[in-house]
Amino acid sequence: MAGQVTDPAGAPPALRHAEEVMGTVVSFDVRGGESQAVRTALEEAIAGLHRVDEVFSTYREGSQISRLARGEVTLEECDPEVAEVLALGAEAERLSDGWFSTRYEGRVDPTGIVKGWAVERAARRLSAAGASGVSVNGGGDVQLYGMPGSHRPWRVGVSDPLRPGGLAAVVSAAGTEELAVATSGTAERGAHIVDPRTGRSAVTDLVAVTVVAPRLTWADCWATAAFAMGSREGLAWLESLPDVEALLITAGDEVRCTGGLAARLG
Amino acid sequence: MHPLKRKSPLRRIVLASAATVSGTVILLSLKPHTSPSVALGAHAPSGSSASSVPGGSKGSDGSSGPTGSGGSGGSAGSKTVTGTSVPTRWGPVQVRVTMTKGRITDVTAVDYPQDNPRDQEINGYALPQLRREVLAAQSASIDTVSGASYTSEGYRQSLQSALDSAGL
Repeated sequence: MAGQVTDPAGAPPALRHAEEVMGTVVSFDVRGGESQAVRTALEEAIAGLHRVDEVFSTYREGSQISRLARGEVTLEECDPEVAEVLALGAEAERLSDGWFSTRYEGRVDPTGIVKGWAVERAARRLSAAGASGVSVNGGGDVQLYGMPGSHRPWRVGVSDPLRPGGLAAVVSAAGTEELAVATSGTAERGAHIVDPRTGRSAVTDLVAVTVVAPRLTWADCWATAAFAMGSREGLAWLESLPDVEALLITAGDEVRCTGGLAARLG
Repeated sequence: MHPLKRKSPLRRIVLASAATVSGTVILLSLKPHTSPSVALGAHAPSGSSASSVPGGSKGSDGSSGPTGSGGSGGSAGSKTVTGTSVPTRWGPVQVRVTMTKGRITDVTAVDYPQDNPRDQEINGYALPQLRREVLAAQSASIDTVSGASYTSEGYRQSLQSALDSAGL
């Protein structure tokens, strides 16, 4: 589905598209910019997501990541993006004290970082092509650039995990050029959340963690890590990270926030 | 928080399935088949194809199929989008959305299963819930939704799909 919609208020026209890729749907909402340049960038961004899926899918026997995990190819023989993503994953593992990991059952598995990284890259490509407002939502994780209209910031609803269809909060990107909102929750697919201390599936009192940060690559990793940590440790750790705000919802329907989140709520 | 649900697991299950019904209704019905296509067809999500399946046997007046935004054509900036009648496991469902100046102002079910008391019972809360969800998203003026990752199957039941479909 794609279409160009003209805003009656005279705001820049919106280019909308929803793409099924990486086991989910990636929704694009792109405003402004020179029409042809933005359309070309959108096509490139979509092709880039499919390429990432091909290279990084652990479900495909023949993907580079699967072959790397089986030792059939070296890192140098893979696309340069593989080394890039694994390096980012190693950084996330270090910064989260092992709560985030790109290894699963002893095999290399960067699934937990690939989607956020790929969506951020797709959004950046559109912004670089001259779009004045970019929103790319990859299965519930969002990267934003610019603004949707001249006087209006992007607004992101945060799903309420305990009330399907309802919103727990609304995050506004007012005053910032670059913002990401990522949510990790019990319904999450493909996440291998393991407690690094026990090597077993993490036990958590949380049903959802939403992280607000400039870049989706990190927001997504931090949401996953904090979810595994649980509300007490997760909140304290998130509070210690610079430029990171968060909303945590427990199974008991308690809501905990970092100190600076209020300034981001719209 | 949810005292009713807590006390009655059965009710919780019923409500959960109602949410699924309404979510499905949102996606299946709001796909605007009239949106001007951009030359990105090769990448069109296959998931959305479900919404263009012609309606089931219940399309009595033969109006099933993409009807798009023909609608009222009334006052300037106001239009009615009638979705395709979609066969669901509960029966055919068709929804009409009224948009004024690019905003959804009403959501009504045109056709929905009502053959037996169980259908009617579900409709009693699923349809108002659908309406409430869409209007709540409108009043919050949100552009997109962050939540626990959904699969491409789950997308069909998500509020995000409704926002994408409505092109808000």
